[in-house]
Amino acid sequence: MVESSREMPTSSDRNSAPEPATTGHSWDGIEEYNKPLPKWWLYVLYATIVWSIGYYVFYPSWPWANGYLRGVLGYNQRVELEQTMVAAREAQGALLASIDAAELPEIQADPDLRTFAVAGGKTAFADNCAPCHGPGGGGQVGYPSLADDDWIWGGSLEEIHQTLLYGVRFGHDESRISEMPAFGAMLERAEINAVAEYVLSLSGQDHDAAMVEEGSAVFADNCAACHGEKGDGIRELGAPSLADSIWLYGGDKNSIVRQVTQPRHGVMPAWIDRLDPVTIKMLTVYVHSLGGGE
Amino acid sequence: MAEAIGRRETAAAVAYNEEVVRWFMLATVFWGVVAFLMGVVIALQLAYPWLNPGPEYFNFGRLRPVHTSAAIFAFGGNALLGTSLFVVQRTCRASLFGGPGLAAFLFWGYQFFILLAASGYVLGITQSREYAEPEWYADLWLTIIWVTYLVIYLGTIIRRREPHIYVANWFYLAFIVTIAMLHIVNNLAVPVSIFGTKSYSAFSGVQDALTQWWYGHNAVGFFLTAGFLGIMYYFIPKRADRPVYSYRLSIVHFWSLIFLYIWAGPHHLHYTALPEWTQTLGMTFSVMLWMPSWGGMINGLMTLSGAWDKLRTDPVLRFLVVSVGFYGMSTFEGPVMSIRAVNGLSHYTDWTIGHVHSGALGWVAFISFGAVYHLVPRLWNQRELYSLKLVSYHFWISTIGIVLYITSMWISGIMQGLMWRAYDHLGFLQYSFVETVEAMHPFYVVRALGGVLFLIGSLIMVYNVWRTIRGDVSVETREALRQGAVAAPAPAE
Ligand code: HEC
Ligand code: HEC
Repeated sequence: MVESSREMPTSSDRNSAPEPATTGHSWDGIEEYNKPLPKWWLYVLYATIVWSIGYYVFYPSWPWANGYLRGVLGYNQRVELEQTMVAAREAQGALLASIDAAELPEIQADPDLRTFAVAGGKTAFADNCAPCHGPGGGGQVGYPSLADDDWIWGGSLEEIHQTLLYGVRFGHDESRISEMPAFGAMLERAEINAVAEYVLSLSGQDHDAAMVEEGSAVFADNCAACHGEKGDGIRELGAPSLADSIWLYGGDKNSIVRQVTQPRHGVMPAWIDRLDPVTIKMLTVYVHSLGGGE
Repeated sequence: MAEAIGRRETAAAVAYNEEVVRWFMLATVFWGVVAFLMGVVIALQLAYPWLNPGPEYFNFGRLRPVHTSAAIFAFGGNALLGTSLFVVQRTCRASLFGGPGLAAFLFWGYQFFILLAASGYVLGITQSREYAEPEWYADLWLTIIWVTYLVIYLGTIIRRREPHIYVANWFYLAFIVTIAMLHIVNNLAVPVSIFGTKSYSAFSGVQDALTQWWYGHNAVGFFLTAGFLGIMYYFIPKRADRPVYSYRLSIVHFWSLIFLYIWAGPHHLHYTALPEWTQTLGMTFSVMLWMPSWGGMINGLMTLSGAWDKLRTDPVLRFLVVSVGFYGMSTFEGPVMSIRAVNGLSHYTDWTIGHVHSGALGWVAFISFGAVYHLVPRLWNQRELYSLKLVSYHFWISTIGIVLYITSMWISGIMQGLMWRAYDHLGFLQYSFVETVEAMHPFYVVRALGGVLFLIGSLIMVYNVWRTIRGDVSVETREALRQGAVAAPAPAE
């Protein structure tokens, strides 16, 4: 032990039994014992090797002349997936077929079918609709709530079904469509201001009473054709009611002025080309069940 | 033995290059803090999406590779380069091949690579290959740097003045050589133009995916495992002042680890377009890898036999030893997760993230902290660290951080996997994707908290390292030194 005796473990440092011999080399003061491999370590290593070989017997493994060793189980993930899907479809098969065959009111009337449709609709809704309409259909700005009885296009099974199939302003031939004109280019600012005050009055909010008369005239000339004489909306035209406290884009003065000046035209996708007819029916029953079904 | 000692020259006769090791240690500490900070930021971005700000440069998608690369290549890489250059000189009793100039080029060239890579990520320049995101220009630069590293390392080994090559050097060398191969093959690509950053991979389809995970898994195997085992094999026996447990075990587990690891990559592609037979091979090789990995743990832990009491008094040794414990845990968890049926549940979930971090925080970071704490006083010629108590604080705070991190990710990952496959009694999926995200939120918050603790720990280290370099010694450490509780190095070594 020359210069680094402090770093060198020596048996004289310890009062234990004599140390086993090291390999005899020392690197920067580090020595090595040459203890045998721990038995359990070796056995577990062998066990994993045996297990692997066993696995090769059953499952596809090594590349071979004709492609690869298939294994005695004939395992194939594509087949496995196919079988699971078929099994899942078969388990639901009878009910799915009944829904396919039944008219919406019949589904609604049959407790089993209705329960099944609501469950299926709920799953499909969470995946496809919740990003816009919110979880449970609660809605958010620009995306109507589907859980109340204030409908833009109608809340009967038939009307909901129609909305789902073809969407709104989606560009499908059958899409529901209507466009509120941009009055910013057609009315004076004073007129827009007046009509906004009038719209506020319709839903019983605070407003400037002095402007209501002028506003009501503007409304009758420009708006009533779509939103109705009393502003309670016309479903055929998809013009929402302005006389209640439920708003698509907001019911405060600024939001109303914004919508009148430069209206937004919300787009609801058509699902006919994306989801199968049974799923759309189940969605219809589900949306109808949320609280506002007519 | 007498013969070995007879041939021994005094250490002072060899002019070791410690300057470059000092730089690497400082870079390790610096990049460590950066990596942990970025980790905390992106953990919070996941927990609170509004933290993804307007300009795209700082949203989650761009900062995630900044975090992973900072952790693996900047923090881990500097720790590996620095310690390996220290260890190879000491255990070969030779100064670095190529002299101080080449070593300095390696250091600055590597830091430049890190900056090239990170700036690319933030600007949206990426190959979209996990852990190999840098585009071709950065890859070419790294190739030059890496070959330089290999030349320095191998050159030093060749002119060693010890008859045998110490085990730590086998592991370091395996790491350097294999990373070179992985890096070059996985990054084979055709740039769209000499003046553009974009390139297209030489592989396509499932071959591309397999090449990427052959690389990705062996980045774990050879960068984060073999390389850090090199650190383990020097610093644990050194710090514990005990001989390595078994030379024989080190040979067997070295070669079996090297041989088996390289085939395990396909377990990242279970249930994909990758043929079943390839999946099977990847999975069985991962399972067979279990004991070879544990060989390193056994050698690390058993080296302490007869010196376990030192754990009580030496928090630096505690970092080193506990890291080996985490190593054992993740190298058991890994083979389990590679089993196809388990993988069906764990894959694509946070469980994977938890697994990675028990390795990254528990093993890689802890052993690096241990090495930094051991080296800094020696490199700056101080008797001991400024404060061992602060090392203890660092140890406990980060350990709690790790526990919070991995347990929250286990729970959230397994929950996520179970929610994805849950069906109701009518055969419909029970949860939508967004509901699983909602359910994970609390665990994301806990994970971020774990990350904050880990970051705080590393800041304590920064302070301690800084005071040590300044030459300060705290009262309690001076006391401990006087009582001989820790093995203080001779400063003038
Ligand atoms: C891209 C966003 C988006 C998605 C996805 C979406 N919707 Fe809509 N939906 C809308 C918008 C916007 C409207 C309002 C259209 C309008 O302004 O008339 C609407 C309207 C509706 C209406 C009519 C409401 C009424 O008051 O008459 C129903 C019913 C409806 N959506 C159901 C669904 C269902 C069911 C799904 C999923 C299959 C779905 N929506 C998916 C945006 C969306
Ligand atoms: C051509 C028919 C049409 C005319 C004319 C029209 N609107 Fe509309 N209006 C609509 C439609 C359709 C919507 C719903 C837009 C949507 O769903 O994206 C709407 C929406 C609104 C809204 C938003 C309702 C909410 O819930 O947020 C307000 C406010 C409104 N209109 C006010 C007016 C006023 C005031 C006028 C007259 C100056 C007017 N509209 C004229 C069709 C019309």
